[in-house]
Amino acid sequence: MLRYVLKRLVSLVISLAVASLVIFLAIEVVPGDPAAYMLGMNAQADTLAALRDQLGLNGSVFERYTSWVGGMLVGDFGTSYTYRTPVAEMIGDRMWISLPLAAYALTLSTVIAFPAGVWAASRRGSAADMGVMGVTQLGVAIPNFWFAMLMVLVFAINLGWFSAGGFAGWEQGFLAGMKSLTLPAIALALPQASILTRVMRSSLLDTLSEDFIRTARAKGLTRRQVLWRHALRNAMIPVLTIIGMQFSFLLAGAIIIENVFFLPGLGRLVFQAISARDLIVVESVVMLLVFAVIMVNFAVDLAYAAVDPRLRGRR
Amino acid sequence: MSAAVLRVALGNRTLVIGLLLSLVFVGAALVSFAWVPQDVGLMNIPERMKPPSAAHPLGTDHFGRDILSMIMVGARTSIAVAVVAVVIGMGLGVPLGLAAAVRRGSLLDEVIMRGNDLVFAFPSLLIAIMITAVFGPSALNAIIAIGIFNIPVFARLTRGAALSLWTRDYVMAARVAGKGAVRISAEHILPNVTNLLIVQGTIQFSLGILAEAALSYVGLGAQPPIPSWGRMLADSQTMISIAPHMAIFPGMAILLTVLGLNLMGDGLRDLFDPRIRRDRR
Amino acid sequence: MSLLQIEGLNLSIHSFDILHNVSLTVEAGQIVGVIGESGSGKSMTALAVMQLLPEGARAAGSVQLDGQDVLRLSEAELCHLRGRTMGMVFQEPMTALNPIQTIGDQVAETIRVHEKVSKAEAQERARVALARVELPEDRFPMSRYPHELSGGQRQRVVIAMAIALRPKLLIADEPTTALDVTTQAQILKLLKRLVQEDGMGLLMITHDLAVVADMADHLVIMRHGSVVETGPSPDLFRTMQHPYSKALLAASTHQPDRAAQPQEVPLLEVRGVIRDYATARRGIWGKPGTFRAVDDVSFQIRRGESLGLVGESGCGKSTLTRAILGLEEVQAGEILLDGQSVFTGHKANRAVRRRMQVVFQDPYGSFNPRHRVDRLVSEPFYLLDTPPQGAARDAAIAEALESVGLTADDRHKYIHEFSGGQRQRIAIARALIIRPDLIILDEAVSALDVSIRAQILDLLADLGDRMGLTYLFISHDLSVVRQVTDRVLVMQAGKIVEQGDTALIFDAPTHPYTQQLLSATPRLPDTHAA
Repeated sequence: MLRYVLKRLVSLVISLAVASLVIFLAIEVVPGDPAAYMLGMNAQADTLAALRDQLGLNGSVFERYTSWVGGMLVGDFGTSYTYRTPVAEMIGDRMWISLPLAAYALTLSTVIAFPAGVWAASRRGSAADMGVMGVTQLGVAIPNFWFAMLMVLVFAINLGWFSAGGFAGWEQGFLAGMKSLTLPAIALALPQASILTRVMRSSLLDTLSEDFIRTARAKGLTRRQVLWRHALRNAMIPVLTIIGMQFSFLLAGAIIIENVFFLPGLGRLVFQAISARDLIVVESVVMLLVFAVIMVNFAVDLAYAAVDPRLRGRR
Repeated sequence: MSAAVLRVALGNRTLVIGLLLSLVFVGAALVSFAWVPQDVGLMNIPERMKPPSAAHPLGTDHFGRDILSMIMVGARTSIAVAVVAVVIGMGLGVPLGLAAAVRRGSLLDEVIMRGNDLVFAFPSLLIAIMITAVFGPSALNAIIAIGIFNIPVFARLTRGAALSLWTRDYVMAARVAGKGAVRISAEHILPNVTNLLIVQGTIQFSLGILAEAALSYVGLGAQPPIPSWGRMLADSQTMISIAPHMAIFPGMAILLTVLGLNLMGDGLRDLFDPRIRRDRR
Repeated sequence: MSLLQIEGLNLSIHSFDILHNVSLTVEAGQIVGVIGESGSGKSMTALAVMQLLPEGARAAGSVQLDGQDVLRLSEAELCHLRGRTMGMVFQEPMTALNPIQTIGDQVAETIRVHEKVSKAEAQERARVALARVELPEDRFPMSRYPHELSGGQRQRVVIAMAIALRPKLLIADEPTTALDVTTQAQILKLLKRLVQEDGMGLLMITHDLAVVADMADHLVIMRHGSVVETGPSPDLFRTMQHPYSKALLAASTHQPDRAAQPQEVPLLEVRGVIRDYATARRGIWGKPGTFRAVDDVSFQIRRGESLGLVGESGCGKSTLTRAILGLEEVQAGEILLDGQSVFTGHKANRAVRRRMQVVFQDPYGSFNPRHRVDRLVSEPFYLLDTPPQGAARDAAIAEALESVGLTADDRHKYIHEFSGGQRQRIAIARALIIRPDLIILDEAVSALDVSIRAQILDLLADLGDRMGLTYLFISHDLSVVRQVTDRVLVMQAGKIVEQGDTALIFDAPTHPYTQQLLSATPRLPDTHAA
């Protein structure tokens, strides 16, 4: 078990290192001179020099990379060129909208998908199964941001149950904050819940056709007992993979959905930074998101080992 | 023989519905090259935001352009972006997957698979954000971003299927006949993963349409004046309470196209593998 | 009243008839062997008793277990019987256990499902059950997971689950087919002991007459979903009436006629061959270890000879085969065909490879399903410098197909249009098409039903005589090796432990491992042999 965790830790560090290198190369090296790019064509020579100095562009590529990574390790993401404030501060504020939104949506989709998938699988071929599969077929096909717009139209504009956008702020209390995130989270969760329901159902059906299920039935277990005691945990293994992959889609989705609800999260920040050519902010936000995805997948790897003794190795 | 296949295919309701839906939108995109109800470059401010009528079956937008025509022309963008992205993903992913399977457990395999894991940590949106930050937004960037994301999908699928095929005795027989890894991959492995690739291709096609819509919605994809479904939805957003039709119809176009492609994918899978998903994982 | 009394059982699945009018009885303390080839309905009969039939199955007739007709019981009542009154053991031990639950919990579950006992008590009784199947706790802790056990040990766990509540009837469906012969002997002995101790009835399903011959009290022979003949064992072997039973017995002991005499010239020489594999590293920075799959192996095959290579799974037979075929390089030693090395430098020698071909075990996995027979059969032409084209190619394909008893027209078909036995003929045709000197038969008849197997063995003997072929016959099945080889090699853990004339070794083995293998091999009663 310890060996497995160590192996995953090593691979986590390597992933983070390679990902940071890719981001660094894409944003700071590929464009040639980032300072010239950020200032545009009519830049004054001395402004350019000042910016280059501020960005530390005078060192070698290797020095710049190590100082960037070294800075991030102590929480220094550099200073935004357009806002003239530390990037860490800007991200710090906004991350507490995007990350909770993604987590909220992940929770919702899991809470919906598990019972739905189990229910459909245990009634395979029935009207209930067909109904669930039909709904998920629609859910997979619907663009989440469009669904969000429709929900704004119905629940905010026509029914007035929610505000059409904006964020109450966590200082208004946890519930008020959650309420502002509820419509966005539902919009994000629906397609993911549909995918997860389908995966859950098919994984469970696959497991139910395994030999050991028949062995368990021969012991005298009822269909229901076999499902709960033997099939479900085994079926979780592929489902975990999908949950891990979904988190990165949810984060990306969260950034898009923020636009629909005018939420001041990382999405707004990064799109503004793109139009302002503020590469420092873009780089930091992308790194933060990739970091979150890699960490979640590390957690999923650990969850595998908890479910599947074969990964823990022989004793 | 082909008649029998056709009969089975037509008996598969999912496949037929999916195929018809997909054909409607591909057809609309093709027709738009020759004819559209109204020129999409033509603005007609007095006629703006009109609900559906005989003259404009799906209404007009905030510049008075015909929404039906916009959807038809927008289909080109969506379909082109998604198709090219699938071609990129297959073109690079399938050879990588085949190579990784040949040298299972080798350094090459390890590098390819770790590289795949890494790309999975970068959803197309993040790739698009990085490309756009450096090169500015365009439909081409959307294609590249979605295409890059497709590579590991196909590489992983191909590797998985190829690994199990490499353990078959017929591959062993080919090795006994002196055939090398490249020839065996071409003669014995690739033909036996084609079905899987076609099914996955349909699914990535539909995901590509969704991703393209999302990217142009946030301004990272096709730029005006090129009509695109995501752009239309972005434009409709502030007008949604006064002109909901501007949001509803482009969204329906995306939904129905994606639905059609997904149904087609499911139908094809059942057609290729009547023994209910063995290879689905 | 018998313990189990099946009368007039008819079974159909989705309107396909599977069983017709099957009747049989099992008494308490009695072992009844049900024998049949694939498609005989023997397994479905077992599943019908357990009422664990696949979806869409409809059974009619009566299956009386201990006075109750299981066909008329509700699902809840059946759950009450399964595991308590009747237990079942399946063929594939590798997949029969829940991979993520400990063996102790899985055995204890049988008890906890049926009786309201504390967890501790169920564990205690599971310990007893595991000890009864010879998995004592001090050597096999109950916290083990299935992947930490061998196939034979897993099968013992399945048996422990089935007998934990001392059921009256135990059903075993091919319980030893997936196991090596020595493990098979141990499991059979275990089952016999449990029947004696508990006085339960055992319904033993098998395709192998020899497995049940000296074990069962009563035999039931099935074919195409019907019972052909029944009778007490071993008397039935002498008194058999039905032509199918007789044919089955004859096929099981079939001895093909072989006329050719091996010449005193070596065709293949294997000298001091060593093949090592790298194993997983220990620790992250540890060095990879090595596993010696073939350890200093030397032998010869004479021209025209049929040489047997026997050994249990993992002994290195397959690795040796791949080395001979030039598919993998060896670390030491040399392999020569007619004096020419299989490997020149790091490349396989084409001139040598075109003189060897192979026939594999699985008639279903041996062919690319997307190619037609002509393309499949002609694949080895790739080894020739100037492969025949056009009419010459067609003629060669036709000749190869006809020589194995198929017709030239079969060339246009796809492989799924053929039965298992026909596919194995096509595999032989593929091996023959470039007229090799040596054919390696890698478990080539192991997956076939006995009657088909007898035909293929005859075909091989006939081809060997006509074309002067040399065979390397690799098998785990000692009785087949005895029937068709001149000399035999016995392999254990990468080494050849004994070699010599087949008859000599089978009659008077000298190495303890050979003796163990032979004594474990189930044998048909000698009554018929004459």
